[in-house]
Amino acid sequence: MVTTQDVQALPEDDLRVFVKGTEYFFLQVTSTRAEVSTPFIKEANDQVIDDFSAVIGISGTQRGCVYYSAPREMIRELVTHYGETEASDDLYADCVGEIANTISGNAREYLGPGFMISVPVVFRGRADDVRFPHDAPAFVIPILWNGHRSSLILCLKRDEKEPPTFDPEMLKEIAS
Amino acid sequence: MRLLIVDDSNIIRRSIQREIGDQNHEIRMAGDGVEALKVFEDFKPDIVTMDITMPNMDGLSCVEQILKRNAATRILVISALADKGTAVEAVKRGATGFLLKPFTSETLATEITELFVD
Repeated sequence: MVTTQDVQALPEDDLRVFVKGTEYFFLQVTSTRAEVSTPFIKEANDQVIDDFSAVIGISGTQRGCVYYSAPREMIRELVTHYGETEASDDLYADCVGEIANTISGNAREYLGPGFMISVPVVFRGRADDVRFPHDAPAFVIPILWNGHRSSLILCLKRDEKEPPTFDPEMLKEIAS
Repeated sequence: MRLLIVDDSNIIRRSIQREIGDQNHEIRMAGDGVEALKVFEDFKPDIVTMDITMPNMDGLSCVEQILKRNAATRILVISALADKGTAVEAVKRGATGFLLKPFTSETLATEITELFVD
């Protein structure tokens, strides 16, 4: 059950930072705009893990994880934009790791250096046993690019001891 | 010229290599800071491209270590960390330039060309 506390766990401005960052990533790398649908909170039965996934651990002003998960066909097409002509599963896994790393790292422009990211951990297959943090809701940002669906999943909670370091003026700028 | 590409992502290492691969430069690659220092000792590159978020040793620490070994090395930091403080810190530690990911082949080519020209 989703509570008001869950919804407040990730402020709308923070969510918008990731939506804008995702749109920017696909446009910059592929020159094709990605459509980002309305984010929703993942329920227990929602299947959001696809063929290739990466998770970034977050610490500092926020705690939790950022996941990116995509189907094989999409990644196969995406790696061509990095100049790859012969691809392998290793390269596909590496590619989702780079996407998760780039979108998370770019978020620091607005969330500040206190938003600390780990190196990506990548995994393959639509594992049913992927565990999401229990103490934060999982916000799913659906991404449609070139007819392929993928997901950015944010499980983040503000660390009460660490004040946020983002610049409110910059957030107003990207929201406009 | 000798160039060392340091990034924990294979796809990024390969895209940088492709960008400069037809310019008759000698190129080696490393997947983290520790491996980069080992390659550096043997290869003695003139130019290094350096990611920041990597396992074992991060890129900013590696920049310092490389410059202790050879202060004339030109280092382009290439990272997704988009806060201004990170770019400033990279330059403070001795990096020649900073390129934000995701980059296009045009912006990468421009930055690499500047490193070779300097």
